[in-house]
Amino acid sequence: MPDDMLPDAVLPDAMLKVEGLTSHYGRIQALKGVDIEVAPGELVALVGGNGAGKTTLLRTLSGVQPASGGRVVFEGQDITQAKPHARVKRGIAQVPEGRQVWGPLSVEDNLRLGAVLRRDREIAQDLERVYAMFPILKERRRQAAGTLSGGQQQMLAMGRALLTKPRLLLLDEPSMGLAPILVEQILTSVADLKRQGVTIFLVEQNAFAALKIADRGYVLETGKVVLSDSGAALLANERVKEAYLGV
Amino acid sequence: METFLQFLFSGLTVGAVYAIVALGFTIIYNASDVINFAQGEFVMLGGMCTVFFSLWGLPLPVAAVAAVIVTSLIGVALNKLAIEPARGANVVTLIIITIGASIFLRGLAQVVFDKQFHRLPSFSGDAPIDVLGATLTPQSLWVMGGAAVIVVVLWYFFTRTTFGKSILATSHNRLAARLVGINVELVLLTSFALSAAIGALAGILVTPITLTSFDAGTMLALKGFAAAILGGMGNPLGAVVGGLLVGIAEAMGAGYLSSEYKDAVAFVIILGVLFVLPSGLFGRRGTERV
Ligand SMILES: Nc1ncnc2c1ncn2[C@@H]1O[C@H](COP(=O)(O)OP(=O)(O)OP(=O)(O)O)[C@@H](O)[C@H]1O
Ligand SMILES: [Mg+2]
Repeated sequence: MPDDMLPDAVLPDAMLKVEGLTSHYGRIQALKGVDIEVAPGELVALVGGNGAGKTTLLRTLSGVQPASGGRVVFEGQDITQAKPHARVKRGIAQVPEGRQVWGPLSVEDNLRLGAVLRRDREIAQDLERVYAMFPILKERRRQAAGTLSGGQQQMLAMGRALLTKPRLLLLDEPSMGLAPILVEQILTSVADLKRQGVTIFLVEQNAFAALKIADRGYVLETGKVVLSDSGAALLANERVKEAYLGV
Repeated sequence: METFLQFLFSGLTVGAVYAIVALGFTIIYNASDVINFAQGEFVMLGGMCTVFFSLWGLPLPVAAVAAVIVTSLIGVALNKLAIEPARGANVVTLIIITIGASIFLRGLAQVVFDKQFHRLPSFSGDAPIDVLGATLTPQSLWVMGGAAVIVVVLWYFFTRTTFGKSILATSHNRLAARLVGINVELVLLTSFALSAAIGALAGILVTPITLTSFDAGTMLALKGFAAAILGGMGNPLGAVVGGLLVGIAEAMGAGYLSSEYKDAVAFVIILGVLFVLPSGLFGRRGTERV
């Protein structure tokens, strides 16, 4: 692919800078030098097909998967080797693929454990804010999380991540396996969060829905970024249309 | 009736100890998926350390507290030196590691202490208490009461404190735990310390009745493991019920059949239950997850 297809979106004050990031599962290389930037307040989407390395990238950003090369810089600090809890403390939260709620624990316990590292006095207030955002969670707060529907579990996973009080929220396929109406609802709340000032890095296979609400987007293929542009431009891009929008 | 009650009391007393050992298995298994066969050695160390610390001049209560602390530190060291370096190894390898650790701890106890049997004085004398014609020793009450207190404290810790809940969360989904910033290494360390501490406590409470020696842990680990399996591995309520059932089965077997068969009786009952309920009395039936 010619280099001119990779416009370097060099942001002077990027919140997150990913430089030449590589990651391996044994001998399989899942990330082959990924460069990505996210500015404060942005909603950036990452789209790509099955096995492109999207989840691996997010896992590496959260520190639950080691980087084998490259750098991750968050708010000016190199965090490439930082432990997961140190990253959460700095303000990076992730809503993982497949929700990963603690099924036997109550909805409220799931949410409260999101604040496990916090010592401030605003936890109760933030809990109420999540309940206001997803009222069904309040109704079911004493129920075991495992009894919730898929969409409700997604809301719970988002609420739990929000209780870490993140400045950067990583979302891994929040629309996966949900009915269209729920996809709409979840992505609307993602857009709302952005409006409230949370910086968002959204990974989606559902490229249309993600790019529609994104400021900018990246396309990942077999461990490499192959395209990056504004959300609108990517939606109009022939290659993207053909590969990810089924047009 | 009196004999039945007598056997029941003695069954509940040993059963309480098995229940605590089974809870020790459960805590470590839930946090780390490791089946720790050195669990019995924690009980032995609790008893032996108390015996020797008091021989070396410490008053009994101080010796007991010191024994619990030392045993907890040994539990932490076991995790750090033997389990952590083998992270990612398969279940069988990890079991072999813990069996190795249990043999090592037995050897260590034999060298540091000795090969003799030892006892501790009963905490509140030996005047038997008459209950409906059967007799109960004050020390039995200590064992049952102590075990009950341990169970209540653990229940409170795991269901009412943030740290306890974060250990539970880690056992249900480690990835999610790490993503909210739960320090999984600290959770593992705490689980080993906690398992070791309750094992040591059980050992201290029961030593006035059963005596102790460097190799007292082996049978306890087997019985405690059997109890945990009987109750359903990983389920704390199952561990307690399983422990009491194994203890009662054993006491009845010894009382009504022959004490030569007491170990066999317990294991036969367990095999029978597992034949009907392969995942134990309170085990997961595979429908818990959505
Ligand atoms: N635990 C693992 N062990 C070995 N290989 C893995 C593992 N997880 C992912 N991979 C491989 O790494 C590559 C990237 O996988 P990843 O899960 O990051 O893709 P993805 O873009 O998230 O895909 P999807 O859209 O299906 O979620 C794939 O080739 C996958 O097979
Ligand atoms: Mg994925």
